[in-house]
Amino acid sequence: MIMGLYNYWIVVILMMIGFYIVIAQGNLIKKIVGLNIFQTSVFILYISISKVDGGTAPILADGISKYSNPLPHVLILTAIVVGLATTALGLALAVRIKEAYGTIEEENIQMKDDEEC
Amino acid sequence: MELFISIISGTCLLVGSFLCLSGGVGILRFPDFYTRMHAAGVTDTMAASLILIGLMLQNPDGIVVLKLVMILLLTLLVSPTASHAIANAAMKNGLRPLVDDTDHVDGKGDKS
Amino acid sequence: MACVAIAIIRVKDLFAVAMLSGIYGLLTASLFVDMDAVDVAFTEASVGAGISTLLMLTTVAITGSRDKAVRNKPKLALFAVTLTGVLLIFGTLDMPYFGSVDAPANLHVAPHYIQNSMQEIGVDNIVTSVLASYRGFDTFGEVVVIFTAAIGVLTLLSTGRRREEDGVVEKVNTTMHNQYLIIRIVAKMLIPFILLFALYVQFHGDFGPGGGFQAGVIFAAAIILYAMLFGLSVAKRVINQSVVQLLAAVGVLIYGSVGIVSLLGGGNFLDYSILSEDPIAGQHLGILLIELGVGITVAAVVIIIFFNFADRIDGPAPEKEGDPS
Repeated sequence: MIMGLYNYWIVVILMMIGFYIVIAQGNLIKKIVGLNIFQTSVFILYISISKVDGGTAPILADGISKYSNPLPHVLILTAIVVGLATTALGLALAVRIKEAYGTIEEENIQMKDDEEC
Repeated sequence: MELFISIISGTCLLVGSFLCLSGGVGILRFPDFYTRMHAAGVTDTMAASLILIGLMLQNPDGIVVLKLVMILLLTLLVSPTASHAIANAAMKNGLRPLVDDTDHVDGKGDKS
Repeated sequence: MACVAIAIIRVKDLFAVAMLSGIYGLLTASLFVDMDAVDVAFTEASVGAGISTLLMLTTVAITGSRDKAVRNKPKLALFAVTLTGVLLIFGTLDMPYFGSVDAPANLHVAPHYIQNSMQEIGVDNIVTSVLASYRGFDTFGEVVVIFTAAIGVLTLLSTGRRREEDGVVEKVNTTMHNQYLIIRIVAKMLIPFILLFALYVQFHGDFGPGGGFQAGVIFAAAIILYAMLFGLSVAKRVINQSVVQLLAAVGVLIYGSVGIVSLLGGGNFLDYSILSEDPIAGQHLGILLIELGVGITVAAVVIIIFFNFADRIDGPAPEKEGDPS
């Protein structure tokens, strides 16, 4: 059973590392990197579901009868581009926060907010 | 003739892989930034070129050879430029190479 | 890959974190190639290992590169993470084995796509036919999402852009020319080939891995290379900002108008068979046009995002500094 399911466990490990980075690290840029790791682990989950033993890449060619499933590939293509959009917006927000607060550490930002209230 | 080509291809692949490994070890163990750059440059240019030549000789006819030749030309053009760019930037920002062996002063500002 | 991810947690220098995330993206792309997902690997390599690393490096250049804070209570976070991990692993015990042919994901719609793609659409790359024709609505949504990201970045970062005088630009450019001679010459030789390769990937997406997204990213990478080596002001005079913003919208418009033309022709929205006498030729034409729209929008968006980030490297323009900091 371990040999059949190890790909899901790798995905879970990577997902948990990404999750930990998002909730436990204070620096905003590291949080965005952690979010990126989380997203990538989900991509690996879908692509590993789509792989078929003995199949090849889903491009039609003569003499090949077994292809890997192309549908998750399409979904993940969309997801990668959307991930880029999210990362770009997150980094733009980080730049503006730095200019407004002078820091990108989460605790310093909260302290500054508490001071002003 | 076939055996000769496959022996040469295997040799190229093996030497290329060895250069990759030794480049990796070099990046970790060399004392100074510029020597590490040399190790990285060897990996990028020489090892990649040898592996590409080995792959070309694996299947000498077909359009794959043409594509591999173009990748080889691109690698030979781009990797030395990239190494030069990094070393140039380091020199521009004041990182001096380790010229004197006797006093072991680590190059300032490098991260690993 | 887990080692790279753990290293990202431990390393304090943000420049190294950006580089490590680039390495992570490259390893993920290799993993995708190993799992037969060549289109996805191409996109992940160009987007995840290329553009994301570039944007993070630009942000680190703006915001400073050390991670200062000490962790205060990681135990609660570790406990939450471990609990979630155990629950997830418990949930995967029922899933089908890796690579099994009769997993539910491979049974229902996918065989229809694989078998009928050649007769109904006539392109070799099944991923392109699914992306552009069978699931065209999803791709439309994706183009609009990336356009929205460009609008968001423009809203956030385009206040306080610096205006430079022209004399300064010429003087700076000639002094830097001697210092960066080799790189500039090699880049000038390479940039036409990179642009040509982007066009090749765009139009060859029907027969091999490729398509609009990868082509747009590679095109934008060539322009960004030019901007990095020759100075941002020179690049802005070559690539006019308003034209690029217009192009981003034009790409989305092309995509939408293909759909509307199909409606006017009597079929459904984004049904390409109406576009020509022979339905297969109509599908080819439709896929060509929408991939073009996608490529134009993605290239323009990435250029917009990079130029807006790079404008901020010296801080916002002096007249607009009103915030307390």
